[in-house]
Amino acid sequence: MTLKKSVLLAAAMLSVSSVAAHAAGTLEATKERGHVLCGVSPSSAGFAYADDQGKVQGLDADICRAVSAAVFADGDKVEFIPTNTNTRFQALQSGEIDILSRQTTHTFSRDNSLGLNFGPIVFYDGQGVMVPKDLGVESAYDLDGAAVCILPGTTTQQNLSDFFRTNNISFESVVFENTDEWRNAFFSGRCDVLTSDRSDLASTKAVANDPSAYVVLPETISKEPLGPVVRHDDDQWLDILTWSVYALIFAEENGITQANVDEMLNSENPEIQRFLGTTGELGKQLGLNDDWAYQIIKSVGNYGEIFNRHLGPDTPLGLSRAQNKLHTDGGLLYSPPFR
Amino acid sequence: MSINRQTKSAQATSWSSLFYDERVRAILYQVLAVVGVALVAYFLWFNAATNLRQQNIASGFDYLGLEAGFEISDRLIEFSPADSYARALLVGLLNTIYVSLLACVLCTFLGTFIGVLRLSPNPLLSKLMLIYVEIMRNIPLLLHLFFWYTIIVFIFPPVREALQLAPGVYISNGGFYVPVLEWSFDHTMLLITLIASMVVAYFTNKWAIQKRIKTGEKVRIWPVHLAIITLPLALAYFLFTPEFNWNFPELGRFRFSGGGRITAEFAALLIGLTLTATANVAEIVRSGIQSVNKGQWEAARSLGLKGNRVMKSVILPQALRVIIPPLTSNYLNVTKNSTLAIAIGYPDLVMVSNTTMNQTGQAIEGIAIFMAVYLGLSLLTSVAMNWYNGRVALKGR
Repeated sequence: MTLKKSVLLAAAMLSVSSVAAHAAGTLEATKERGHVLCGVSPSSAGFAYADDQGKVQGLDADICRAVSAAVFADGDKVEFIPTNTNTRFQALQSGEIDILSRQTTHTFSRDNSLGLNFGPIVFYDGQGVMVPKDLGVESAYDLDGAAVCILPGTTTQQNLSDFFRTNNISFESVVFENTDEWRNAFFSGRCDVLTSDRSDLASTKAVANDPSAYVVLPETISKEPLGPVVRHDDDQWLDILTWSVYALIFAEENGITQANVDEMLNSENPEIQRFLGTTGELGKQLGLNDDWAYQIIKSVGNYGEIFNRHLGPDTPLGLSRAQNKLHTDGGLLYSPPFR
Repeated sequence: MSINRQTKSAQATSWSSLFYDERVRAILYQVLAVVGVALVAYFLWFNAATNLRQQNIASGFDYLGLEAGFEISDRLIEFSPADSYARALLVGLLNTIYVSLLACVLCTFLGTFIGVLRLSPNPLLSKLMLIYVEIMRNIPLLLHLFFWYTIIVFIFPPVREALQLAPGVYISNGGFYVPVLEWSFDHTMLLITLIASMVVAYFTNKWAIQKRIKTGEKVRIWPVHLAIITLPLALAYFLFTPEFNWNFPELGRFRFSGGGRITAEFAALLIGLTLTATANVAEIVRSGIQSVNKGQWEAARSLGLKGNRVMKSVILPQALRVIIPPLTSNYLNVTKNSTLAIAIGYPDLVMVSNTTMNQTGQAIEGIAIFMAVYLGLSLLTSVAMNWYNGRVALKGR
């Protein structure tokens, strides 16, 4: 099944039509098509998860909605395409999707050998390990000999090997292609340990029958900066993605929210005026309308609103902002100025 | 002048007649077809290479020498994350061969057994086998694998609470644990002795049969065989005096150490592959036996041969001719179907390739490698089976 898929993708890369698909001009192609092609996780609570109306919800999904709002002045012109960890980059390379927004870690080799470009980090994460509470384990260093369930082709697979190698801990790796099989193997006790990004562990824990029976250990064994990805050959499209993300952060820095964005149009602050397009022509420089940023905030809100909606304390995931606070609050989020 | 013209037209006719010659045309078409295929292949390769270069995607097979950096737990040879991608692929390949070979052997025995039972005059027995065959071969293999894996993982307890079946034998959802013999040089020598005496016994047996055919004299061969097998073995035993130390699995904090182990993933894959292939082999054997003319049974019985003997000496040799070719394609299917291992977490070649492709991003090379490997495996199987088929096929007379 996945084999077939990867063969198909390879075939797509070999085919003539891919030449046309790769030529710059993703923006034009997207406008013509009428929607953004967005590769997301098939089911990851808080990041991309179909709600009871079948609408894809989450931080990753809202990044694509922001781009859609910037391009079409409508946040819902997005086609969400589920991708797995193994074929996501090929899907992007071959033009099956135009943005990959799928809890993807920004790494050197992904950036440089895959023909990809990363947008700004939208979630600062780190790899953690989760165990059943009744195992009585308090630290990742106590895990010598444990069976670990892993997803293939993720940075976590390598991090884990590195971490255990450095600390001389042996382990049994059980690798699953499919997220559901991976979770089931852990919940059934086939593996003692589940490892992934801490946010992913939180979302897995949230869907367990009894979330309180599992505990995420304190160690963070790697840096996992997650960000959206686009193809290497289209600077304009990369700029649109990059500044759409910065727009979310800038709006939070300046207290612009989904609710008050219309009032903000009357703001006296020249930078906010430029940002919302009431003065200046920032949008033109991206090949968009000048109200592009207004449309983004109007349809998805600012970064803080998105975070609280999908990941924050009031959600089943219950994550705190931690590193994902604004720089002014001691976090890592920072937007370059809009001028 | 006129002579000149004649030669010219003669030449023309010879050229055009050459063009209309059926054999020449056949060759011409073949050459054109080969050139066409080669051009298409070149175009695809060139296009892919250009695309990869334009997109700044690395290509080539250099990555095979890099450090893999991931762990493969279920393996037949030593492997650590510090080893190269090439070695990781080798681990995957050996796993693929191991599980396919076992499934082929098991399905041949079980399938023959069930195929013969399908023809049993006992209606209960034959109907039961019919039900087995129809259920097994009509459910997609992938569902089989999920089914068996889910059964194993959810029914058996986690390793820490493993069920003890016998001293040293445990079962859990992590796998099946048994004590294993601590193998040494002495054991190897014993095994070699046993194999050598079996080879000798094979030839003495052949000699006895030849003699019986030639002279009609029946040699009491079994005491000779007994001597050939046991005497050297006893001698070797006293010579090498191997120690029989058993290595028992012991439960640590998280898993067993020592002993032998069959993982849950391997077990589920082997069960799924074997059960579906068995159903196919059963049908192949049944149809093979039924293809033998009724007259052959009657002729054999009228010669006074007993039931088993009829099957063994008259029916099966003739049925084999019909059985072998579809059996070959069944073996090929088993090998290829083992790629579904990826769904239940058994690290076969495809899974390792997929991980490799993902870490390096070199999908085209990765897929080229495993396509070449599966093609190679399939061709090897075909060659071996065709050789065997040639031996049992009807000789022209």
